Amino acid sequence: MSISDTASATGRAPAVPRNRIKVLSRRRRKLQNALVAYSFIAPNFIGFAVFTLGPILFAFALAFMHWDGSNAITFAGLDNFWRLFEDKAFIAAFWNTIIYTVVSVPATLACALCLAILLNQKIFGRDFFRTAMFFPYVASLVAVAVVWNMIFNPEMGPVNMILYTLGLDPKDMPGWAADRHWAMVTVILFGIWKSMGYYMVIYLAGLQGINSELYEAADLDGANAWQKFIYVTVPQLAPTTFFVTVMLTIQSFKVFDQVYMITQGGPGTSTLVLVYHIYNEAFISWDLGYSSMIALVLFFLVLAVTVVQFRRQRED
Amino acid sequence: MRIAGRKIAVKTVVIYATAIVITAVMLMPFAWMLSASLKLSRDVFVFPVEWIPSEPQWQNYVDIWTKIPLALFIYNTSKLTIIVTLLQLLTSSFAAYAFAKLDFPYKNTLFLGYIATIAMPWQVYMVPQFLLMREFGLNNTHLALICLQAFTAFGVFLMRQFYMSIPTELCEAARIDGMNEYQIWARIMLPLSKPALSTLTIFTFVTTWNDFLGPMIYLTKTELKTIQIGLRMFIAQYSAEYGLIMAASVVALIPVLIVFLSLQRFFVEGVASSGLKG
Repeated sequence: MSISDTASATGRAPAVPRNRIKVLSRRRRKLQNALVAYSFIAPNFIGFAVFTLGPILFAFALAFMHWDGSNAITFAGLDNFWRLFEDKAFIAAFWNTIIYTVVSVPATLACALCLAILLNQKIFGRDFFRTAMFFPYVASLVAVAVVWNMIFNPEMGPVNMILYTLGLDPKDMPGWAADRHWAMVTVILFGIWKSMGYYMVIYLAGLQGINSELYEAADLDGANAWQKFIYVTVPQLAPTTFFVTVMLTIQSFKVFDQVYMITQGGPGTSTLVLVYHIYNEAFISWDLGYSSMIALVLFFLVLAVTVVQFRRQRED
Repeated sequence: MRIAGRKIAVKTVVIYATAIVITAVMLMPFAWMLSASLKLSRDVFVFPVEWIPSEPQWQNYVDIWTKIPLALFIYNTSKLTIIVTLLQLLTSSFAAYAFAKLDFPYKNTLFLGYIATIAMPWQVYMVPQFLLMREFGLNNTHLALICLQAFTAFGVFLMRQFYMSIPTELCEAARIDGMNEYQIWARIMLPLSKPALSTLTIFTFVTTWNDFLGPMIYLTKTELKTIQIGLRMFIAQYSAEYGLIMAASVVALIPVLIVFLSLQRFFVEGVASSGLKG
């Protein structure tokens, strides 16, 4: 507008329409470009907005409502929130999730790092070994979980049979998934076995990014293999380790499928985790407001980890 | 010299031995599965384990198809997986092109909307999502699962990161040659983005094929079930038929094994690059 206004003020008649055409066409082109861009985004964005963004907003609102899915929704205020503190199953689920995370994150990380260092060596058949380590990660959970339950079967499974041949008294034998004290261990072992190959690959990428001159310098200084690991490899891998820790932590907070298939949350509440409790409250008890409140707790746990990650990234 | 040589030899032996032992442990459950799938149920738990059955029960692999509608489950899962993967690839790469190479109002706001939900666990909003689908009358349909899996923020993010690495001059040159944006996407960006497309294909394929909680919530009719919940149903019904359960599990694993082995080079690269980006 302003360009064409000044053009008309100068009184040069032929310049006016030419400028105006230019402005109009530029604006039209801009609009056209935007429409083209939106047409690229629309197919994905409409689906994303309807099926992801909408439900997310709805989830936050639902946490402050009472609803059984068929009768009228009523406003609940903070009822659902206060209920969390009285719900023994929720408290068990919360601590079980924390225990699962605190044990399985460092264990998986250590296994993945060791595997990556092992398979970063130039050995024959390296690709085969890497593929073998990675395969449990892509394998169907239902199929491998049923095998896991058979291998760890307290009465007949080969694991306890081996313990028996090694001379362990049948009375002291771990009952694995059927035993209060061992059920969480069984689930954690399964989680480590299933996911460490994935994080190994991330560590392999990290290892390949380390400048080999650092190792040469360490060699000149007479460092042994262990010293090279502690003073070169570990510090150089710090960003990868941080990323893996964040990913693993979020994954652990969300654990459900493997618990459902190996222990069904039991015995008692010994392996009940947050997502399992959300599932029970929503699809078994049809207490949708309360289940959304538990989901909100899960959200804040994940958010806390994400915020720490963001802070850290900004520092770097 | 001899001492040094022996030292290297010992180190190599230790490395190989460790690698072989760990691989054996990692693959042991699969070996057990395969071996048990060829046994009679009563022989499955015989100890010491007979890894290669003396009388392989090939009949197990015949029986599973009649005991449960396994073929139907596989058809349902394949249908879902193929549609979801195609939609995911198409819509993600389409949207990612705009985010990476075009300018338009609210670009950053929209992209932020995607990014903000990447870390959001699906479990946080699965309940409202289910209520929404029920409202649309999509409960007990495959369409519900397609809708919830085909439009992920992750896909858009992955493709956009890849497109950012393709020089913008390439698009500008094509524009001067008179190509419109759709042609640039189809003829230049898509062919160049094979690695990213392969990564996304594998991620989507594996997640959809192995998805459990989604189908469990949405599909209650037997004829709609996917292989995962079908297998689960089978295990509940015939809990003592170990041989048959194992045979069905082997069948459920094969498609993922094929896709994984044929695209694994891309998959490993994809995982590695997604790791570096974080």
